[in-house]
Amino acid sequence: MVSTKKDPVLAVLSLSGGNDGLNTVIPRTNGLYWDSRPTLAIAEEQALPITDELGFHPEMGPIKKFWDEGKLAIFLGVGYPNASYSHFRSMDIWHTCEPDAQGTEGWLGRAIKDLDPQSENVLTGVNFGRGLPRALAKDGVPVASVGDLETYGLLTKIAGQDQRAQALDVFGRMYSPAIGRGPVIDYIRSTGTDALKGADILSTAPGKYKSSLEYPKSAVGQYMRNIAQTHLAGFGSRVLFTTSPYNSFDTHANEAVNHAGLLRDVSATVDTFMADLREQQQSDNVLLFMFTEFGRRIMDNGSGTDHGAAGIAFALGEGVQGGIYGEYPSLEPAEQEEGGNLKFNLDFRCVYSGILEDWLGLDPEPIVGGNFERVKFL
Amino acid sequence: MADHDISLVAHLLRRAGFGSDRNELEARAAQGYAAALDELLDPLGQPDIDEDLLFRLHPGLYLPNAIESSVHDWVYRMINNPRQLQEKMSLFWHTIFCAGHSKIDHGLEMDVMIAMFREHGMGNFRDLLYRLSTNPGMLYYLDNTESHKVALNENYGRELLELFSMGVGMDDEMNYTEDDVKACARAFTGWNVAPAYPPFPYGRSRWEFRFDPADHDDGEKTFLGETGRWNGDDILDIICRQPATARFISRHLCNFFVADEPPVPSWRLTPPLHPDLVQSLESAYFESGYDITAMLRALFTSETFKSESVRYCKVKSPAEMVVGALRLAGEHREIKPGLFEISIEPKYMGMDLMNPPTVEGWHTGREWIDSGTLVERINFASDLLGNTELPGVRALVDRLKDLGPVLTPEALVDGCLDLVGPLPVHDETREELLAHARRGGDVSHGGNGQDAEFTRRAGEMFQMIASTAEYQFG
Repeated sequence: MVSTKKDPVLAVLSLSGGNDGLNTVIPRTNGLYWDSRPTLAIAEEQALPITDELGFHPEMGPIKKFWDEGKLAIFLGVGYPNASYSHFRSMDIWHTCEPDAQGTEGWLGRAIKDLDPQSENVLTGVNFGRGLPRALAKDGVPVASVGDLETYGLLTKIAGQDQRAQALDVFGRMYSPAIGRGPVIDYIRSTGTDALKGADILSTAPGKYKSSLEYPKSAVGQYMRNIAQTHLAGFGSRVLFTTSPYNSFDTHANEAVNHAGLLRDVSATVDTFMADLREQQQSDNVLLFMFTEFGRRIMDNGSGTDHGAAGIAFALGEGVQGGIYGEYPSLEPAEQEEGGNLKFNLDFRCVYSGILEDWLGLDPEPIVGGNFERVKFL
Repeated sequence: MADHDISLVAHLLRRAGFGSDRNELEARAAQGYAAALDELLDPLGQPDIDEDLLFRLHPGLYLPNAIESSVHDWVYRMINNPRQLQEKMSLFWHTIFCAGHSKIDHGLEMDVMIAMFREHGMGNFRDLLYRLSTNPGMLYYLDNTESHKVALNENYGRELLELFSMGVGMDDEMNYTEDDVKACARAFTGWNVAPAYPPFPYGRSRWEFRFDPADHDDGEKTFLGETGRWNGDDILDIICRQPATARFISRHLCNFFVADEPPVPSWRLTPPLHPDLVQSLESAYFESGYDITAMLRALFTSETFKSESVRYCKVKSPAEMVVGALRLAGEHREIKPGLFEISIEPKYMGMDLMNPPTVEGWHTGREWIDSGTLVERINFASDLLGNTELPGVRALVDRLKDLGPVLTPEALVDGCLDLVGPLPVHDETREELLAHARRGGDVSHGGNGQDAEFTRRAGEMFQMIASTAEYQFG
């Protein structure tokens, strides 16, 4: 029997910098929220109701739409034991699933290895943004890192199409494998061949892409557009990753304005992304996961918020059973994490396990490094 | 005469520094290998970079707060420090004495640590280990700040032995026991960092080393067979006397400067690639009283280092790739905007400077290369070497013109390969470059309108060479 079922695809958007969970999913009826956020509290009537107690930030209307459709999972109180307040370390922990030791392998690198053990498709995993996040790193797993899909490729600065085509032709032949010049140079040549193949395929994506939708001009908007283009081009990519750049969610100061702008951008982007896929009837096999390395301090600092512990994550897609997963961490002083932070109650590896097993069909245990009860939201 | 062999001198400048442009290479070759080496080994005899000017034009680099500024400052020095071996040694020690921003989260302290490697990395090894063991960033990174008389944390004590001085073993034997690790850690209790000001709202302040006698375990300890009420100082003395330390540091120097060794965890069971060279470095270590420069002299004057078989046998690290291409192209040799963005390039290529992946450092050799990093390496180097506006590349084009008024495709390819290295390439690579050059036929200069075409063809060839697999090696 030929299966017509499409392979599931995971798109990940990392909200790097530490998104303020308290002002994203707002405990709008909680007096302690008001006491803790003298400068930054969002008025109860402005928050967009989710439940009787919770509401979205007013800029998140486009995301609330998916909540109303029952296509949005909200993960509350997400974190891990012994919170790290360093962006880099905490992001590493989310990337590698190793809160104790420093790991070098990423959970998605391992997932890609399981999805495509022989690396038959050089585009099984693609990152958008320059430099590979550790989530996607694993020895022997080729992952393209695309700064900008429109200009991505090798020898891109050669002026003149003919000259560049000639140069790439020479490059392809210089890197042709099976010469047996020594293990390292043979490896470099085969890697170069893979890279060229990946770049050749990716470069056709913008040309194939037709859409009536316009993404925000922001970096996040453009990266998510690149993800849609790559998915819609049908290259068989299974893991598509991007990061909101510049640690922008690190809102120590002037948060009221900055955070609203960030959420407006992300909400509009996500809305456009889903509409784009739906327009092409290509949304059913895509799951979008959004996370951040930590939440922020409960008390505001008069202008912004400092690094905190438990945070919020989202999953969105046609296959998602919309709902709240995990509990809102208590704001009671006695129940806070040391230093005035929210205590986590949902280990991020439980969320990953749900994605890996129920969406990608993989065994989560070796990937997240242990048996974590998976969150069943799919 | 071997001393003036341009390939040999180029090899020295690539390994003992970050390469050079053609003018400097030719001047060094004329000076001779021995004289060039003497200068590299005597950094204080060479001018330093003009820090006053650097800080005046980039005030953010003076006491930098953001880690990005510290990296920016370092990459500037790699490109422009006339004391090239000193700067290379700061990178060497950073790849051994690993500490990273992901945990330290304090750009200034990383800057302070690298500056310490720069200033003392060619001095006495005992002195360097002492400075390392009192470096606040390192004490915090390896949890010595959490190690107390009543509650021991073994992390620094262990890594000091395993990664920073002796290594777990050699010649199939273990170099120390778990009891030695514990004794070492106990001796370093009380070596701590003074309480710091909170980072907000005014940013980080300098950290300071502070010895707390009340938190120091002053009891009797047996370490490597010697018993006494050892403090950290005594432990460093004992460590430095060990043949294992001489071996471990010598082997690391050979691994970094001569040829890629197998991964460090296998060193107990696998003998060094060049045992005679390692042994001569061990002798230099003891005879000089742990002088690192004496070891470097033994290394760079050895026949092994000078032999053709070790040239271009190492995959360039991202820092070497980025800085080497900039130096060859003569770009960012003065203080100007744009270097900040370039200082992030090594990160895109898998080497996030001042933030190694773990305390064991980066995996080197072929592990620098994957399909993502290779694209970054090729595009970066070929964009630079194909840019004939840059002074270093212009100098290469001028040298090419000196070869004659008309260049055949063979002369063009071989001339360009010679000028960017000299870089030996495999026959099949040369054949493809030649096939490409033949499509354009002979190339001339001097005549009407010919110079622009000559420059274009030369730039294109430099660009193609920078994209070869061979160019990935240094």
